[in-house]
Amino acid sequence: MQGALVLELDVPSSPEFIAIVRLVVASVASSRRALADERIDDLKLAVSEACTNAIEANRSVSPTAPVHVEIWEAPDRLEVNIEDSGPGFDPDTLEFPPPITDPERLNFERGLGIPLIKTLVDKAAFLRKENGTSVRVTVFGGPADGDDTGAIFMDVSKLPSMLPPPVRGR
Amino acid sequence: MELGLEVDESRRPYTVLAVKGEVDVYTAPRLREKLVELVSQGKHQIVVDLEGVDFLDSTGLGVLVGGLKRPRSHDGDLELVCTYQRILKVFEITGLTKVFAIHSSVDEAVAH
Repeated sequence: MQGALVLELDVPSSPEFIAIVRLVVASVASSRRALADERIDDLKLAVSEACTNAIEANRSVSPTAPVHVEIWEAPDRLEVNIEDSGPGFDPDTLEFPPPITDPERLNFERGLGIPLIKTLVDKAAFLRKENGTSVRVTVFGGPADGDDTGAIFMDVSKLPSMLPPPVRGR
Repeated sequence: MELGLEVDESRRPYTVLAVKGEVDVYTAPRLREKLVELVSQGKHQIVVDLEGVDFLDSTGLGVLVGGLKRPRSHDGDLELVCTYQRILKVFEITGLTKVFAIHSSVDEAVAH
């Protein structure tokens, strides 16, 4: 996209780190963009779903490979890219579970993540690369007041293991 | 990240499971284990109270869908308590509001 890189994260392919990505994305979005809390919740869930898929993809082929997350912004939008090194997939040919009213539906616990991503954000792109998949989610909305301090890189595996407890806010 | 799971047996024949925290791919297996445990103990009328849940993703939804199947196969049911829009929205988007009975309080859930 035409814009500036705000932050990069390398996240170990392990489920306990997804909460950190949610925390970081929500914090960047709320401090830098004029977005309603509800939109930030939507972005957070979409990014979380994409990270869940990326971790699963990495673990199937290269468990030590990190999930690479980038947050970009332009005057009218915030974008989050989530990249894995997995075998790749085509979101348009995924097998979806039976309709919700079909009793057989209860046998399917999966298949809800991609529809959620597509519904929650303004734009979702699933890009197959040579070595993995990149999911890019976009929310439109102007910048909040604040200084641009340039891009930051974080290696989540090197963060202290103690994180502050989540703050409950409704 | 902690997931709170508190069982209340005082509303018989209902068993109320109060969930607190974030339900995602990391914590959802604990919720699944607890639901399987309750059904294996013969508790087939289950109310899952989601009022303490801050975040719920598709893995959590999947666990609840799986959790519904087990009590129903014993003529029981699994119903939900949820009033927060950010959580209800996830059920609405996925169409699961048609699958689960969703109540606004535990009292309401156990009253029918």
